[in-house]
Amino acid sequence: MNFIDNHRKLRGFEKHIRVEKVSRRSILKGLGVTGGFVLAAPVMSRQAFAYETGAGKMPHGVVVDPRVFVSVAPDGIVTIVGHRSEMGTGVRTSLPLIVAEEMEADWSRVKVQQAHGDEVKFGNQDTDGSRSTRHYLMPMRQIGASARTMLEQAAAKRWGVPATEVKAVNHEVVHSASGRKLGFGELAADAAKESVPSIEGLKLKDPKDFRYLGKGQVGIVDLHDITTGKAHYGADVRLPGMKYAVIARPPVTGGKLVKFEPDEALKVPGVEKVMQVRGWPWPSKFQPLGGVAVIARNTGAAIKGRDALKLTWDDGPNGKYESVAYRKELEEASRKPGLVLRQEGDADAALKGADKVIVGEYYIPHLAHVSMEPPVAVADVKGDKAEIWAPVQSPGGTREDVAKTLGIPEANVTVNVTLLGGGFGRKSKCDFTLEAALLSKELGAPVKVQWTREDDIHNGFLHTVSVERIEAGLDKSGKVIAWRHRSVAPSIASTFAAGTVHQAPFEIGMGLVDMPFEIANISCENPEAAAHTRIGWFRSVSNIPRAFAVQSMVGEIAQATGRDQKDMLLELIGSPRIVKPNVKDLWNYGEPQESYPIDTARLRKVVELVAEKGEWGRKVPKGHGLGIAVHRSFVSYIATIVEVAVDDKGKLTVPRVDTAIDCGTYVNPERIASQIEGAAIMGLSLAKYGEITFKDGKVQQKNFDDFQVVRMDDSPVLTNVYIVPPGPDTPPSGVGEPGVPPFAPALINAIFAATGKRIRALPIGKQLEA
Amino acid sequence: MIKVKINGQEQSWDGDPDLPLLWFLRDEAGLTGTKYGCGQALCGACTVIVDKEAVRACITSVNDVAGREVTTIEGLHPNGDHPVQKAWRQVNVPQCGFCQAGQIMQAAALLMENPKPSHDQIREAMSGNICRCGCYQRIENAVHLASTGV
Ligand code: FES
Ligand code: FES
Repeated sequence: MNFIDNHRKLRGFEKHIRVEKVSRRSILKGLGVTGGFVLAAPVMSRQAFAYETGAGKMPHGVVVDPRVFVSVAPDGIVTIVGHRSEMGTGVRTSLPLIVAEEMEADWSRVKVQQAHGDEVKFGNQDTDGSRSTRHYLMPMRQIGASARTMLEQAAAKRWGVPATEVKAVNHEVVHSASGRKLGFGELAADAAKESVPSIEGLKLKDPKDFRYLGKGQVGIVDLHDITTGKAHYGADVRLPGMKYAVIARPPVTGGKLVKFEPDEALKVPGVEKVMQVRGWPWPSKFQPLGGVAVIARNTGAAIKGRDALKLTWDDGPNGKYESVAYRKELEEASRKPGLVLRQEGDADAALKGADKVIVGEYYIPHLAHVSMEPPVAVADVKGDKAEIWAPVQSPGGTREDVAKTLGIPEANVTVNVTLLGGGFGRKSKCDFTLEAALLSKELGAPVKVQWTREDDIHNGFLHTVSVERIEAGLDKSGKVIAWRHRSVAPSIASTFAAGTVHQAPFEIGMGLVDMPFEIANISCENPEAAAHTRIGWFRSVSNIPRAFAVQSMVGEIAQATGRDQKDMLLELIGSPRIVKPNVKDLWNYGEPQESYPIDTARLRKVVELVAEKGEWGRKVPKGHGLGIAVHRSFVSYIATIVEVAVDDKGKLTVPRVDTAIDCGTYVNPERIASQIEGAAIMGLSLAKYGEITFKDGKVQQKNFDDFQVVRMDDSPVLTNVYIVPPGPDTPPSGVGEPGVPPFAPALINAIFAATGKRIRALPIGKQLEA
Repeated sequence: MIKVKINGQEQSWDGDPDLPLLWFLRDEAGLTGTKYGCGQALCGACTVIVDKEAVRACITSVNDVAGREVTTIEGLHPNGDHPVQKAWRQVNVPQCGFCQAGQIMQAAALLMENPKPSHDQIREAMSGNICRCGCYQRIENAVHLASTGV
């Protein structure tokens, strides 16, 4: 099957559709369906690339061994191990595809097998930080090339010819001189006896011979199962004798159970047992919060039973957490100097001497992940052995934590990784798995712990809440000569260490101190903020507030000086160069600066590309506006143009989105497009609706009615994605997360263009209705 | 004892008649294709077809479907080749896939009622189904494709 061809036909993308001039009727009648993505040019560098990544520094590093990742059956079926977690990025397809490419396997005869959690065997398995392709493109190529070499050697021996005379081509090895051929299946047993070639001596394929890489013509491996209901998520695991549990957890982070009355719950038909679950003191890392579990014969009964529980809690130290007051605290902190993290020139003096100072104070609230599949896990603990089935982004970490929590050796813990019904960072934390393990141990039976949507929203690891205050000083000519950015937000580190009040290096490295503008006087500061709830990674993390503030400020400067947003942006980015911020031990997404510098030429390029393809400056109807934003994150470069329409009642819709991404050398452009399309939806969701608030220490939202996300009727009508062709040897970089940060500021800049209203606090909510 | 026909097979239940159909399907009948996403008819992940209508299984009790015919994603087509399923595969719609059974059932019900829905009709009919991954553009394309012939 050839997806892209279908896709292309469907979307007719040769001609960029100007939605504003085409009635909805004619879109359907004349052009088929709309939207699409474009490869600007050829895709892979000609040479094998030479670059270093941070992969080796991850826990347990990288394993390059075909015996671990590849097996060939006598019938020719090639099984390739996918060792990262599939949560929607397509990684379960893309990494095995790289192996298949290099080993000359025919994709239709490849099966993908999901690895269980074992980092000694498979190398690091943390599926987060938009790292999978970045860290594994080269190792997967090497694994495939090793397997190919072993097959070729086996064939050469069988025929008694030099290995240099044989060649693997599409699932068989051929000796062209004699016309002999042997299928991979026929060679399987012999190839397995060959020694594994050294990495240094491997011959990688010439990218011009690639059949799969960079082409995007295969469907995701789970496509048929997903469309027929057979795909297996964490929620779908069923074991003989398995019990179903839901847990009532402390409503306030750090709270404790005082007492519980189980009698009414036990009367609910199907409820079998009510029991206490151990909790850990705050900050509890990934350990369970504790509470009361209701065990039943099915989830429905467990939920009904839980509703009937009578519970008394001690709310603990965070019982007064209140979002309106907290916002004021953050705002006040942002108006005073804070810990200086980057200093170039003298921002104080330059701001004092500036002809004009523009101040923007931006507020970005807590967000919940609300992955479509709420946290869920199955555990079967027998004696000193534990088996887990769970949708986890961190199979290795989960294994370690289960062992520690149960006090058993790690070798006795098996973590089976199911498909993840979305992750977005929530499933990097394995608390739900530990709950299941503890309950199973106590019950002596397999248990599934299902979080309800309300649990997910009430007891999550939320995206931080922040105030970002930027002061930009301009000289008489309108040139920006000073930049002071203060970022105040509780840190993820607070979930691990009590008393944390400053951002961690990985947080300040996300759009604060790595700010790429060419400005003489820069100060980046981090005033203190204490956390009162669990803070965690949320898709693109601190890049959300930082890109929102920095890119909104660009719009504000353009607005104040009467310049075009895009021109202003390019002027601020300045000359093509490598930015070297004056920051001690600058965190660079874990990557070496040599391979992944902050390259303003690439930043400019995505702005220019999206401006060209997205028709920046085009005339839009009344009430519409265009906005632009660019951001480097996860060592990729992304620029987005949003067209917004705001009607006279303040109702906001998005007719069109254009995004250009430079993610270096890439594997599966079709999945890159789907990630970017999805990032636009997530960006719109958080900009329009996203807000978790606290009162009396408790989250006030419950479900999708009061924590809304974008639905189809308010999703962008058309999203176009443009992928920058990589230069020779450009290392691969992140895709899963970087699409999110530029969306909200591009939208906000577009709203200003459409209405003259400048929004500085998210979500937009009813602000346009006033 | 409640009797209900699920994917053409007679099933019976003598437990709590108020048990949401969703949990009966998933935990009692072992049909896990139908998903839980909210439990409050807000997300559409649990959509099944009862007789000819799309229904949210999370707020429908087993009792509500007594004597009726329930179709889940597993029973939509014997080989998984319903036009909607085929269109979904041609457009490579899913990301994580968790919402997709509900989306497909909703789309199948829509096309039963309205074989040629307009752009606006598709967007409206599908708006009860959340996709947190944000596959809406492709879902819309796939419904359109299914309605025009795969
Ligand atoms: S689970 Fe039924 S609508 Fe969400
Ligand atoms: S594909 Fe993940 S929620 Fe729809």
